[in-house]
Amino acid sequence: MEWTYSPALESREVARLRPHYPMFVDGKFTEGGGEPLTTINPATGTALADVSTASAANVDTAVRAARRAYERVWSRMPGAERAKYLLRIARLIQERARELAVLESLDTGTPISASRDVHVPAAAAHFFHHGGWADKLGYAGYGPDPRPFGVTGQVVSPDAALLSTAWKIAPALTCGNTVVLKPAESTPLSALVLAEICQQADLPPGVVNVLPGGADIGAALVAHDGLNKVAFTGSTDVGRQVTRTLAGTGRSLTLALGGPAVVVVFDDAPLDQAVDGVLAGALGGPLTGSRLLVQESIAAQLLDMLRTRAAALRIGDPLDKNTDVGAVSSAERLGRIEELAGNAVAEGAQRWVGPSPLPDQGFFCSPTLICDVNQAMRIATEDIPGPVLPVLTFRTPEEAAALANHTPTGLAASVWTDKGSRMLWAAQRIRTGVVWSNTACRFDPTAPFGGYREAGIGREGGRAGLQEYLDV
Amino acid sequence: MSNSGMSNSGMSNSGDHTAPDRTAPAGGDAGPVPTDDRLPVTKTYKLYLGGAFPRSESGRVYPVSDYRGAFLANAAQASRKDARDAAAAARVTAAGWADADAYTRGQVLYRIAEMLEGRRDQFVTAVATAEGCQTRRAAALVDATIDRWVWYAGWTDKIATVLGSANPVAGPYFCFSVPEPIGVVAVLAPQSSSLLGLASVLAPVIAAGNTAVVVASQNRPLPAVTLSEVLATSDLPGGVVNILTGRTAELAPWLAAHADVNALDLCGAPPSISAELERTAAGTIKRVLPAPVAEPDWTRQPDIRRLRAFVEIKTVWHPRA
Repeated sequence: MEWTYSPALESREVARLRPHYPMFVDGKFTEGGGEPLTTINPATGTALADVSTASAANVDTAVRAARRAYERVWSRMPGAERAKYLLRIARLIQERARELAVLESLDTGTPISASRDVHVPAAAAHFFHHGGWADKLGYAGYGPDPRPFGVTGQVVSPDAALLSTAWKIAPALTCGNTVVLKPAESTPLSALVLAEICQQADLPPGVVNVLPGGADIGAALVAHDGLNKVAFTGSTDVGRQVTRTLAGTGRSLTLALGGPAVVVVFDDAPLDQAVDGVLAGALGGPLTGSRLLVQESIAAQLLDMLRTRAAALRIGDPLDKNTDVGAVSSAERLGRIEELAGNAVAEGAQRWVGPSPLPDQGFFCSPTLICDVNQAMRIATEDIPGPVLPVLTFRTPEEAAALANHTPTGLAASVWTDKGSRMLWAAQRIRTGVVWSNTACRFDPTAPFGGYREAGIGREGGRAGLQEYLDV
Repeated sequence: MSNSGMSNSGMSNSGDHTAPDRTAPAGGDAGPVPTDDRLPVTKTYKLYLGGAFPRSESGRVYPVSDYRGAFLANAAQASRKDARDAAAAARVTAAGWADADAYTRGQVLYRIAEMLEGRRDQFVTAVATAEGCQTRRAAALVDATIDRWVWYAGWTDKIATVLGSANPVAGPYFCFSVPEPIGVVAVLAPQSSSLLGLASVLAPVIAAGNTAVVVASQNRPLPAVTLSEVLATSDLPGGVVNILTGRTAELAPWLAAHADVNALDLCGAPPSISAELERTAAGTIKRVLPAPVAEPDWTRQPDIRRLRAFVEIKTVWHPRA
């Protein structure tokens, strides 16, 4: 008998989508001097809204506004008062959670189940957690009265757009900095609604400014000499350019650059849970781009289970509550996925593609396993921005650790084993900023997140994350 | 790097090289009292690489003068290959040193202080000669150096407590963050303060569990070479600290670009190339501690910035249920 799901669509109206979104500078929504951009719904490939973009002159205006707000208002305000603004913002995010979730799914292609249950609540949690720090910074371990940097320039990537915006803005504000933020060119909408929330919270003008735009505006922002601090999320290549731009300026820099996460499954792992973890982390989760390392003796069994489960994943409309795998956020990213997977197959890897039909429009990619991958293939070390999982095997724990560490990056690892001592051994040996043991893809504002080596510099979240926004 | 047979010549007493007419032997060595016309044995200053004391593979040396410009000795002028050998030696020992108990690392750092104390007079002479200060001032600097090693020795088993955290996450997880060593750190030692400055930048790097490639002060390298003799006899595994002498501007770009160097301390970088070194380091997303505007006053009590600069925070999640 054929079992099918009925669609369970979240209403698009909830997003209160407007035809046009201006930029947000000095407390006001104004038209930017750049060419307007059209943001695309990646699930259909059609236009969602027009977004006004900043010009270089607008960057300058915004940085000046942030400077004024820093000097006249924000740096002089007692921490307890700053805190209340952050808490207001947190509450407003909660109140508008449904709207933000639908908007985020429309703009980024993230399934509504993830944006509704993970991204938006986590964004609110970030403001709550950091709001609490504002009048307690003297207890954070950076001296009795740690000072902010001043004006921060922040650039975020299309991954988890709203959440990574909250990761940037909340700690900056709580420490007493003001913000000029450039959202990703392909996913600017949730940051602009967050700007509206700042306005509703009566945040003093200029404390947060949001400038949509392309890579050129990002470059103009990070190079602006009115900044005291730059925080950048994006690719390692652009991260290098940003670092070069800031070389010798003495300005503090935080980099969140990513790179593939690694999943290590040992032969004694609880396999059903491990399969769930792989699906959550690599094939459907917010942190796509993973490699699977599986112990040779259980590889066939685990791959069988993975194929069975991945075949049952539902791909399609991100607004459908049953959707497991949404759209890839842009056509460019889809092209990159296909290029990497294609290269691996050309070099001898085996590709398995989930059988579920893809929608006939939009930027979709079926859950895909790439087996017989070797370490020399690009797919083994580069970030794949979609539900494609390269699989490598290992024989000994030593080999697993060596393979896991054999990338220039080191963001996150998920390790599966039932043996406590092996888990602790692996958690210590694997050189990543986060290790999820017998779990995957967990985030919390109290838990520092960030990478080793070329995955970035600095942490976001927790006490360690405050350091990035304090001049200590 | 199997020159360990050569190390004896690097171990000779260096206290006498500055003052041929000085009669008191350093360190209370027994033996006949030198007469005024005895010719002292001078020391050949070499690199400290992987626990051995080789000459530069390039065969180059450069003359080192005292503060008045009088010739003191030839120091090895390290080459690009020496820098890469040093980075390789530091990498080989990185895992072992990082895995050593914090307690053990503290014992080793304290042992360094003990060995310095035992050769205090030799270092007072070396610092006075290199920096051109009075003996009393030099003695104060050496004492501060010894105390600095003691201070950082005490930090090794407290870094995790102070910089780590238990994270009260929302959910059934036991989540904690711990500081881990970054790996191999290249250190451009301060140019003025030949011993106290060097110890102040080197001690935090190895206290935090990293291994180091140090480029000694270009014009005042001799106390650093003598320090390497202390390091070699302090139970510090060979390769944890590697000390190069030579032209800072020649060696630094190779270390800044080296893919197996994880962090870079630009403390003693020549101002003219310091920004360029930061740009070079961007190629591998190195952690960079930028050059200070002016060399700090090293006699001031340090804080934990330099420890914080050379650790990575790792967050680990365990299900609780």
